[in-house]
Amino acid sequence: MFKRRQFIKISSGFLASSAMAGSVGWPLISGKDALAHHPAEKVVPTFCELCFWRCGVDAHVRDGKVYKITGQENHPLSNGRLCPRGTGGHGLLYDPDRLKHPLIRETVDGVQRFRKASWDEALTLIAKKYAEITEKYGTESSVMFSHGFGASFFKKLFQAYGIHNFTHPSYAQCRGPRLEAFKLTYGHGVGSPEGLDVKNSKYLVLIGTHLGENMHNTAVQDFADAVSAGCRITVVDPRFSVAAGKAERWLPIKPGTDLALLRAWIRVILKEELFDKKFVEENTIGLEELRDGVEEATPERTAAYTGISAEEIVAVARDLGRYKNNALVHPGRHVTWYGDDTQRSRAIAILNALLGNYQMPGGFITQKKYGVPGIKFPQKKSVRKLHSKYPLAHSMPSNEVVEQTISAKPWPIKNWFVYGTNLIHSLGDQQATLKAIQNLDFMVAVDVLPMEITGYADVILPESTYLERYDDLDDRTYRVPYVGIRQPVVPPMYDSKPGHEIAKLLAEKMGLPDLFPDDIETYLDQRLQKIGSSLSELKEKGVIKKPESEIYRKPGKILKFKTPSGKIELASEKLRELGFDAVPQYTPPPENPPGYFRLLFGRAPMHTFGRTANNRFLGELMPENEIWINEISGRDMKLKHGEYIYLVNQDGVKSKTSIKVRLTQRIRPDAVYMVHGFGHTHPWLKQAGGRGASDADLVTQQSIDPIMGGTGMNNNFVTFTRKA
Amino acid sequence: MARERKYAMIIDTKRCVGCSACVYACKSENDVPEGFCRDWIVQRVEGTFPNLKMLNRSERCQHCEDAPCVTNCPTGASYYPGDGTVQIKRDLCTGCKACMAACPYDARYIHPKGYADKCSFCQHRLKDGLKPACVTVCPTKTLHLVDLNSNDGEAEKLMEGRTVTQDKVHAGTKPKLFWLA
Repeated sequence: MFKRRQFIKISSGFLASSAMAGSVGWPLISGKDALAHHPAEKVVPTFCELCFWRCGVDAHVRDGKVYKITGQENHPLSNGRLCPRGTGGHGLLYDPDRLKHPLIRETVDGVQRFRKASWDEALTLIAKKYAEITEKYGTESSVMFSHGFGASFFKKLFQAYGIHNFTHPSYAQCRGPRLEAFKLTYGHGVGSPEGLDVKNSKYLVLIGTHLGENMHNTAVQDFADAVSAGCRITVVDPRFSVAAGKAERWLPIKPGTDLALLRAWIRVILKEELFDKKFVEENTIGLEELRDGVEEATPERTAAYTGISAEEIVAVARDLGRYKNNALVHPGRHVTWYGDDTQRSRAIAILNALLGNYQMPGGFITQKKYGVPGIKFPQKKSVRKLHSKYPLAHSMPSNEVVEQTISAKPWPIKNWFVYGTNLIHSLGDQQATLKAIQNLDFMVAVDVLPMEITGYADVILPESTYLERYDDLDDRTYRVPYVGIRQPVVPPMYDSKPGHEIAKLLAEKMGLPDLFPDDIETYLDQRLQKIGSSLSELKEKGVIKKPESEIYRKPGKILKFKTPSGKIELASEKLRELGFDAVPQYTPPPENPPGYFRLLFGRAPMHTFGRTANNRFLGELMPENEIWINEISGRDMKLKHGEYIYLVNQDGVKSKTSIKVRLTQRIRPDAVYMVHGFGHTHPWLKQAGGRGASDADLVTQQSIDPIMGGTGMNNNFVTFTRKA
Repeated sequence: MARERKYAMIIDTKRCVGCSACVYACKSENDVPEGFCRDWIVQRVEGTFPNLKMLNRSERCQHCEDAPCVTNCPTGASYYPGDGTVQIKRDLCTGCKACMAACPYDARYIHPKGYADKCSFCQHRLKDGLKPACVTVCPTKTLHLVDLNSNDGEAEKLMEGRTVTQDKVHAGTKPKLFWLA
């Protein structure tokens, strides 16, 4: 079959031969803690983008080059400290494989390739294509996929143009079920950074959450403080995580049975009357229905499901009940596992409600924004915009956009704008994504590095890295309200441009010349003037903040929740109305086919998804991922520690690359584990290419959450082959 | 006369998650070439599934009081500057590796420019009143640089009630890294 859009594999010569742009004469702020023996050193405060936590960093510049990055002393997310990724952030800036020029797909003698283009040519082409596609199919046929802070200006541009289709894999492929579950129960989400008082918890339960390997700076700082303060920790994880290594109890649960365990805990706490009675009476509804709903979840039956003994199930429940208000069952972050994820997150929300830890030390806390007024941008209406078919999806699942692009129902999607997300690795079911791409008339990718997805674009726009650009202000909801600034540390290298500038130039081409202010500095200064600050203040300080907000409730405070009942909903009327279980019920997940292992994936502290795999600095710390296999299972399969193998899943799909075997005691015999983000196949990624394997290659089965459309990815099973 | 310092490092393994921020912060601070490092993480897991124990431990030069690298250095490049650390005068170093053979802790490497290199406790920063780069960056506050000659009580406070271990004490070099279990 002829494929209109081939993945372009052939690199053009210019990509390798581009010289580095000079970086002389850029106005830099003089360093506050510049070392005396390096008088030429400048220190520029900004915020990080190696992950999406947004820690304040100080970029240290010598002879026009960023040579180190440290944590900003005064920034509430860093507290002067930083994770390895942020520390190696200039590995992205100086990555020789960066996208350096706008590229346009062309076909010469039947062969598709990218050619270098000027910004004017690339943006003119994009504007022309948007006009054509809008003429033919309406603005509703265009979609933007995005991940990351820099997308905001493109969003404003598209809204002004009449495009209102936005989707983020961070929803249905990651945090979505947690958001919906907590909204259903408490009327609001958990937030990001999560509104959790982990550092003051007396008893902490982590379910799959591998803090320390999942390296969100402040979350891990808080976790270490809790450990030192003697917080008692229980970790539920099929794998002996670093956090499990710090726990008094590690429960190596059978994967997919977490909801059964949560229900049993709820049952014990209710049966033994260990819950915070006053809080539950005053602030919740549905207690009796909850009691009935978990009646079957006896510790004995749950032990058979989970592989955790009835004694241990009861012991943890009693501990939770003992610490009540100061105990916390962590809601996790990436929670799209088995398709029952909203209900599992609901069970976590309910369990915490029973403990009465809402706005209490060591529990859930209230966070606030600093509150910088925004500047209004004009918006143009569209005839219609994408809606999920799942009743409680408050954001459009990216996988549904893929489906609609394939089916063209209820209307065709013909145009993708992909900002900073490598859909080939971030969505499951790669075949569907590739099929959808074939249905497109046009696709633009904006990124700093070539990624698998950029190989399918018609136009690639090279964005400047976070160290070379301004972005909008970071006015984030946190326990310490703050405003952070991202500002250029060095000028853009190569022919890259900051997102705000690309959006402005594109707006001009798309007939919206007055949409954005003349320059970004004026825009930022206007916003900051509204809170009595200024751009120059932020540029110097990096962050301004207010004192910690009132994070705990005062005794006697009457609580009001934005749920239909105004109370915390232990049983959810809304779920019942929609035909779902008002109290979470448990259905066992599919079992391993014989000879297959359940594929689990997670994170390492040195990397963020696939976005850092090409960072040579971080590559020194962790060059590839490994497949963790229980030592005994591995020996049964005649696997050798350190050898390279391919993974083959239940549908016969093989990993595109091979992966190193790690035989270990640290995992259950029926599951295997790998760190997500490796196994890149893009030939332009000289560092990451071919290192390790990608779990995304093997997630051909997605267990869709019927409540909000999340894609449970952990119902895939693999076996091994040495054959390439 | 100013009191003589005696720098040592106390490492709280209970807090350490093995993230390796210390490793990369050191590399960028000290311009350590690709393929080498001055500090590193050891992650040790003992036991069999499901009864396991884990130790995460940041390691580096021990700045021994009786340092075999100093004793065995034929040119005097490795020396005690008098602040409790062991340092290297690069212009005196011939890269003969006698120090590397003598070090019980495998803390040194030969820099591609020809001299032996290792953790200096970021001496250049200490002079400016700053802590070593690894100590400053550590997100879990695992690392503490202390002055054992000071009477500020910091070392005592950190060690109070804790099990303190040292590595290869039998080698007799009087190492100055202390790990808290």
